[in-house]
Amino acid sequence: MSADRTLAPFGRRRAVVVSERRVGAYSILELADRDGPAPQPGQFYMLAAGAGWGAGEDERPFLPRAFSAMGGAGGTLWFMLETVGPGTRRLATLRKGEAVWALGPLGRPFARPEDGRRALLCGGGIGLPPLVFLSGALRDAGLDAVLQLGFRDAAHAQVAAGFAGAQLATDDGSVGHHGLVTDLLAAELDADPHAVVYACGPPGMLEAVRRLCVARDVPGRLALEAGMACGYGACFGCVVPLAGGGYARVCVDGPVMEAAALAEIPAA
Amino acid sequence: MSPVAFCGLELAHPVLNGSGTFDAIAARRVFGDALLAAFPFSAFVSKTITLAPRDGNPPPRLWEAAAGMLNSIGLPNKGLQRYLAEDLPQLAQLPVPLVTNVMGANAAELCALVEACDARGEIAALELNVSCPNVATGLDLGADPASLAPVLREVRPLTRKPLIVKLTPNTADVARVAQAAEAEGADAVSLINTLRGMAAHPDGSGRPWLGGGRGGLSGPALRPVALAQVAAVAERVAIPIVGMGGIQTAAHARQFLAAGATLVAVGTESFRDPTVAGRLGLALADLAAQSGTAAP
Ligand SMILES: Cc1cc2nc3c(=O)[nH]c(=O)nc-3n(C[C@H](O)[C@H](O)[C@H](O)COP(=O)(O)OP(=O)(O)OC[C@H]3O[C@@H](n4cnc5c(N)ncnc54)[C@H](O)[C@@H]3O)c2cc1C
Ligand SMILES: Cc1cc2nc3c(=O)[nH]c(=O)nc-3n(C[C@H](O)[C@H](O)[C@H](O)COP(=O)(O)O)c2cc1C
Ligand code: FES
Repeated sequence: MSADRTLAPFGRRRAVVVSERRVGAYSILELADRDGPAPQPGQFYMLAAGAGWGAGEDERPFLPRAFSAMGGAGGTLWFMLETVGPGTRRLATLRKGEAVWALGPLGRPFARPEDGRRALLCGGGIGLPPLVFLSGALRDAGLDAVLQLGFRDAAHAQVAAGFAGAQLATDDGSVGHHGLVTDLLAAELDADPHAVVYACGPPGMLEAVRRLCVARDVPGRLALEAGMACGYGACFGCVVPLAGGGYARVCVDGPVMEAAALAEIPAA
Repeated sequence: MSPVAFCGLELAHPVLNGSGTFDAIAARRVFGDALLAAFPFSAFVSKTITLAPRDGNPPPRLWEAAAGMLNSIGLPNKGLQRYLAEDLPQLAQLPVPLVTNVMGANAAELCALVEACDARGEIAALELNVSCPNVATGLDLGADPASLAPVLREVRPLTRKPLIVKLTPNTADVARVAQAAEAEGADAVSLINTLRGMAAHPDGSGRPWLGGGRGGLSGPALRPVALAQVAAVAERVAIPIVGMGGIQTAAHARQFLAAGATLVAVGTESFRDPTVAGRLGLALADLAAQSGTAAP
């Protein structure tokens, strides 16, 4: 095992759906991945349905899709999906016993908090899976973590009922703070700046978190998204711009990147 | 398994990677040494290297098409000096011969690239990318035999390593370009590179989705075009052909070999299935042994 990530077995493998359930606006997929190693929080997988991949609208999906592990232990993997197009739609209709091609775990995981800093975990919408995974791992390591989750509305926020103690925000004010999850983050940083920020969510939210971290000189670890073809560094398709110029590949240099290393995060 | 002869190299099977579709150094970070133990390709082709470093195109760089994809990657690379200093020692650890793919904006640049690569023992062969449709500055040398020939005439004497010319499909008569390459001393040709394409932004504005504007189409959507071009080239040249474009299965690869290719390459399918080329290699090596096309 290399220090900076858990290595993926070379080759995609067949995982089997153990359970799938709908929670509000999202789907939770549980896969049996008996031969795979346990992922670290922040790592992701490239997934494709074992059958019926390529038969959707415009003949898509063709390429596999990237999903963060929401948990993984003992040969079981958990994912949370939001249906936004043909790939997520197909995966969300998988039933118990059906096969999924899985490649992973991929990418660099979240680094642990340094020098006694308090961990602030800030997730927007479908950005929550890696943060929920991280908060469990920190708790198991005896470390405190504040989990803050932002959603569009109550249907999306429903999934948060499973995470006791999380601070919530919704755009429409139906649950928790009426406003942005980054408001909650700024308030925590005001209260105690000796912190390290972990964030995942849509590009606009991550850009707001990046600015907050840079402005306050607080370490920030952002789990990024980008359109991907391969997930293992082969295609050079998944780049984000760097503060010093040039680009980094999200799949191999990320998905977790230090806020200070990034230039403005491009809108989707 | 009996080896396949190609330009003086003995390869374990007939399947390579398409340039720019597999980064062996990144893959080793992801998969560890398991990559070396089961390396899928019988020779490794580098991504295109240019004289100066390139950042590549702004994102988005990918678009999924029906049965394929468009890319506007824009040939990001470290530039020749850092490739030689940083990447070559790592690529030399691969269990297969190394083909370095280079592109120059003019004959002088190409000569500098070829001379520098010729001096390095880690490099077994050179592939000249005269075809990438993504880069506004890159000359579209490969579209026109009359512009390709004089450049090859300057480059050819600079190395005794096998020289593969990677042809562009974005031309009226690819076989004439292949003939020009053969006449100027190319040891082999490879084809096809990506077909020029464009994706409209899903917001309906009519602007292109890809950061680079135009892109290159790859994957199964390309395969019938690739097969026709390989067959057309095979009818007109005697030098070996590396056939590629949408190959996903051993059956597809056999179609390219039957059309006249000596080797095949897999690109986009490796994105879906990183070990597919190794399985095709096993299946095809058996075929070569049976039909007697293997090297003695
Ligand atoms: C590291 C990482 C982790 C992720 N984790 C999760 C997760 O845990 N849960 C989750 O639900 N999602 C996650 N995602 C996002 C997920 O990968 C995408 O939502 C998914 O790929 C969408 O596929 P689709 O076919 O459903 O939608 P697509 O149709 O691919 O649409 C998604 C977006 O891509 C663009 N698009 C539309 N058409 C095309 C096209 N033809 N080609 C290219 N782009 C197009 C549009 O901007 C569109 O909004 C993650 C992404 C990354 C990179
Ligand atoms: C993402 C991507 C990057 C590529 N980069 C290069 C490159 O750097 N140099 C080159 O000569 N060809 C490049 N190609 C072309 C491939 O080597 C190959 O010719 C083409 O993709 C057709 O094969 P395929 O359908 O199996 O992918 C690239 C193709 C893709 C999809
Ligand atoms: S998704 Fe292919 S390089 Fe990152």
